Amino acid sequence: MVLHAPETGHSTLLPSAEPVQLIDEHGAVTPHADYDLPSEAELLAAYRALVLGRRFDRQATTMVKQGRLAVYPSSNGQEASQVGAVLATRNDDWLFPTYRDCVALVTRGVDPVGVLTLLRGDWHSGYDPYEQHVAPQCTPLATQSLHGVGLAHAARLKGEDTVALVFIGDGATSEGDFHEALNFAAVFKAPVVFFVQNNGFAISVPLDKQSVAPSLAHKAIGYGIPGKRVDGNDVAAVISVVSAAVERARAGEGPTLIEAHTYRIDAHTNADDATRYRDAHDVEAWRGKDPVSRIDAYLRGTGALTEELAAGYAAEAEAVAEDLRRRLGADPVTDPRELFHHVYADRERLADQARLLDEELALEEGAGQ
Amino acid sequence: MAAPTMNRPDSDMPDFEPKVQTITLAKGINMGLRAAMEADKKVLVMGEDVGKLGGVFRITDGLQKDFGEERVLDTPLAESGIIGTAVGLAMRGFRPVCEIQFDGFIFPGFDQIVSQVAKLHNRSKGSIKLPIVIRVPYGGGIGAVEHHSESPEAYFAHTAGLKVVSCSNPVDAYWMIQQAIWSDDPVLFFEPKRRYYEKAQFDPAVSPDPLWSSRQLTSGKDVTVVGYGPTVRIALDGAAAAAEEGKELEVFDLRTLSPLDLGPVYESVRKTGRLVTISEAPSNCSISSEVAARVQRECFYSLQAPVLQVNGFDTPYPMSKAEEEYLPDLDKLLHAVDRSLGY
Ligand SMILES: Cc1ncc(C[n+]2csc(CCOP(=O)(O)OP(=O)(O)O)c2C)c(N)n1
Repeated sequence: MVLHAPETGHSTLLPSAEPVQLIDEHGAVTPHADYDLPSEAELLAAYRALVLGRRFDRQATTMVKQGRLAVYPSSNGQEASQVGAVLATRNDDWLFPTYRDCVALVTRGVDPVGVLTLLRGDWHSGYDPYEQHVAPQCTPLATQSLHGVGLAHAARLKGEDTVALVFIGDGATSEGDFHEALNFAAVFKAPVVFFVQNNGFAISVPLDKQSVAPSLAHKAIGYGIPGKRVDGNDVAAVISVVSAAVERARAGEGPTLIEAHTYRIDAHTNADDATRYRDAHDVEAWRGKDPVSRIDAYLRGTGALTEELAAGYAAEAEAVAEDLRRRLGADPVTDPRELFHHVYADRERLADQARLLDEELALEEGAGQ
Repeated sequence: MAAPTMNRPDSDMPDFEPKVQTITLAKGINMGLRAAMEADKKVLVMGEDVGKLGGVFRITDGLQKDFGEERVLDTPLAESGIIGTAVGLAMRGFRPVCEIQFDGFIFPGFDQIVSQVAKLHNRSKGSIKLPIVIRVPYGGGIGAVEHHSESPEAYFAHTAGLKVVSCSNPVDAYWMIQQAIWSDDPVLFFEPKRRYYEKAQFDPAVSPDPLWSSRQLTSGKDVTVVGYGPTVRIALDGAAAAAEEGKELEVFDLRTLSPLDLGPVYESVRKTGRLVTISEAPSNCSISSEVAARVQRECFYSLQAPVLQVNGFDTPYPMSKAEEEYLPDLDKLLHAVDRSLGY
């Protein structure tokens, strides 16, 4: 499909015909005119984060099967998108993640147990957003996009050079809030980057039922901002493309919409049965584009990834998994009285109901003795 | 049921004839949707994942296969989009049944529901009719994360122009969804998701109660208990437990939340002098408070105790590890019954 951009220089806003790729699925470099390969040190750091992220994700998947988590939306297959995007930011840049983005959070340095607090059912979020500059993981789809815009605008008003990175899925791009966010960001020229992980499906609904745009990145041009497409299973490409957008935002040039092409290898969550709506062959084909093995192959090829380094990362990953098993295996300490503590800044507001619960708990304890 | 025949002129499909069988509440809704779709081609099902997947709770299972993609539509992921386009469809005589995936995700569609669905009939001086059904799996007790266990029915009951109902058992599920579809007014149809898999014997020969009616489930002289949706089961268990202690509870299932059908409840309270309501929703400005207000007005001279409400707390629905403490249960109900009797 040929799109004719208006005569106002907007052709630069159009995404490329093909997603940007820097390392192919076999680990070979595919040079790109606009994007350089990240440095070897950056790629090694990305490799390490991928190995840790994947181990975390597998451990969480196991624990949900054991009933240790209420639900787990896996990042399996999407690790390069999440890791690459986070590594393209500074630690004082803000992330606006969804329930799916656990690996992104672990990469940023949020305590893995804190990442899983929501999914374990201990509280609605398990970390202080101001510590790692990560908003609470968001479930009502696309609503976080606007928060990212507002926070980015606030940074500008405060004279800071921080950027907001909004994570969103392909399905959620159909929600009105996503479109309002793109427009507000464009009009405010806010330092925000919208990072869509197009993993092929909402829950059961495939992308072609969600949108008939040439690509999701094409949605950007209607709002007057650039759209970019990247191979979401190529961590090198994700780092380069997101870094460019982040630096552009930091320089005051406004927002970018990036579509990362990836695939959800597992079902939507453990509660979903993906065999009802997709073909096992498709899943197999995407397994062949695995995000970890290609960077593994590349770095071994250059000699940067030695056996020793790889074994060290693997051991670190095992330690993360072991720590998760230990800390999530213990019975949680939840105090139902906390229900009332944070509803209003004014704690007195619900004091009478808190007393009611106290009475009930006292009765139960009495009955239990 | 008389109503459907009015809407069958362009039907060339054989009538759907269910047999006597044991069904779950989920199956009841599925069968009811099927019956309505067979009866009238104008009935459409639309929502997120309702087609191939059959919905996340499989309520629309098999419907797309049998009725095609035009009548069972996997929409793009946007609640405002779903409700807003249903308005346009209904303006041309279709009867859309919209599925909202979970209670907590109805809010992107809230503006369309309260500003448009509720008001277009009024705005157009009755010219536009919007026979839209908005199905909402609601309530807690399923160990879910936030936004998946809420009870938002009061927001809609508060809005003039909307009708709001909730089924509590498989047989009602089958009939009430059809009655809601044949209603010329828009209906919010709340489905108690934690009761989806409860079973009951279904006999198509037994004719249903009218949609806009409450129902008395047990007789008793001591305390009247009013529940709806997921709490009806608790109220019935409460009646059984109280009976063992020689106390008689007269239990009602509201079924229709707006309009309320409280005539039978008033009669009961005039006899018992006591009322306990039970609902998962927070009590502040709730269906329960409305029932309490009306009962104290209509039964003032008969009341021997204040109306007591067993509700969720006025907090956000809690993390799943604390939902047991949050939710009304048998103990809380019996405690309230005792308090009522203690006055
Ligand atoms: C407003 C809203 N509507 C519906 C849902 C239920 N829901 C949860 S995830 C999901 C699919 C999301 O797909 P996508 O945006 O592609 O993200 P992914 O889960 O694939 O990462 C749906 C419909 C929700 N969370 N929020």
